[in-house]
Amino acid sequence: MHDLIIIGAGPAGITAGVYAARQNLDFLLLSRDIGGQAAWSGQIGNYTGYQLISGPELVEKFQEHMRQYNIALKENESAERIFALEDAFSVQTDKAQYQGRSVIIATGKRSRNLGLAKEEYFRNRGLTYCATCDGPLFFKKDVAVIGGGNSALDAAIQLEHIANFVYLVNNTASLGGDALMRQKVEHSAKVKVMNNANVIDIKGENFVQALTIRQLGKEAEIPVSGVFVEIGLVPNSDLMDNLDKNEQGEIKVDAYNQTNLSGIFAAGDVTDVPEKQIIIAAGEGAKAAISVFKYLARKPAWADKLP
Amino acid sequence: MAKNVKVYSTPTCPWCIRTKQFLQENNIVFENIDLSGNENAAEELMRKTGQMGVPVLDIEGQIIIGFDKEKIKLALGI
Repeated sequence: MHDLIIIGAGPAGITAGVYAARQNLDFLLLSRDIGGQAAWSGQIGNYTGYQLISGPELVEKFQEHMRQYNIALKENESAERIFALEDAFSVQTDKAQYQGRSVIIATGKRSRNLGLAKEEYFRNRGLTYCATCDGPLFFKKDVAVIGGGNSALDAAIQLEHIANFVYLVNNTASLGGDALMRQKVEHSAKVKVMNNANVIDIKGENFVQALTIRQLGKEAEIPVSGVFVEIGLVPNSDLMDNLDKNEQGEIKVDAYNQTNLSGIFAAGDVTDVPEKQIIIAAGEGAKAAISVFKYLARKPAWADKLP
Repeated sequence: MAKNVKVYSTPTCPWCIRTKQFLQENNIVFENIDLSGNENAAEELMRKTGQMGVPVLDIEGQIIIGFDKEKIKLALGI
């Protein structure tokens, strides 16, 4: 039985881990990946102490910091369910089961899917959710970006330099996002903005060959070999029954990162914390770990076991 | 005898960076094949693996897609 199980190793989970280690808690850090969304970020200019740093570099710094402590890190392991035991919890992963007196859920968010039947099949066969990562694979190819917000605009701007031609498929009447980025996209000779357009099918044999688009009642096929889905994020919050969430599916936490279930804490982008930023997620992780320590100290049976 | 290790990657994909970092930590010598702006290498990857996700490792002909630490360790015997 551990004092604490932290699920997720993004900025929130790693920072919670550093704090828990400094408090000498007996804990595990479980995660499918290291860095979470931060590892997928391009240039970061608002993390104090680093004037400009790339996502992977910042994550490397987090890891270096984590390695200062002897943290029991279970990498490449996905948490699937959390079960309540008597005054404790059991975390079921795809590899094993662990027990802890408390849990911090710091599982972040993932890309929203288009919701098309063939989406899974074409994933990594021309369909991708990360322009920064996979953009370079589409040198001189025709591609489509799906979405109309900042991340879609950012993807279109990145791809304009790599691809032969970029279709920006947006399902509303006009593009959203920052005015500056919007102008860049709208004035580009290599980007065609398609408003009021929905993707209804992906075509191809082994790899993506075309998209079927419905625009103002008319269907058309656009030949592309790359599709970049940039239609927002959804929280990874489906780990436990009876956990209070808001309309977006984000786990509700109080100012101490406590959820509605005693002993279950949550931190970072998976929660309803206002503003999703790397530095905020890190701060929330720190706060959650301190709250856990205080929570354990309040339990008479465990308090004397604490360091 | 050192194994012949190739890594197909892009300079910006975080998992590619993590994979290369892991190999370096374990003192594994590898050839990095940068797919950015390299149509031939991208097509070679698609032919070899039937997909386009990176990183891909080729360890003495054994293909590993993604940073699968356990599989990589097993293939390298580390």
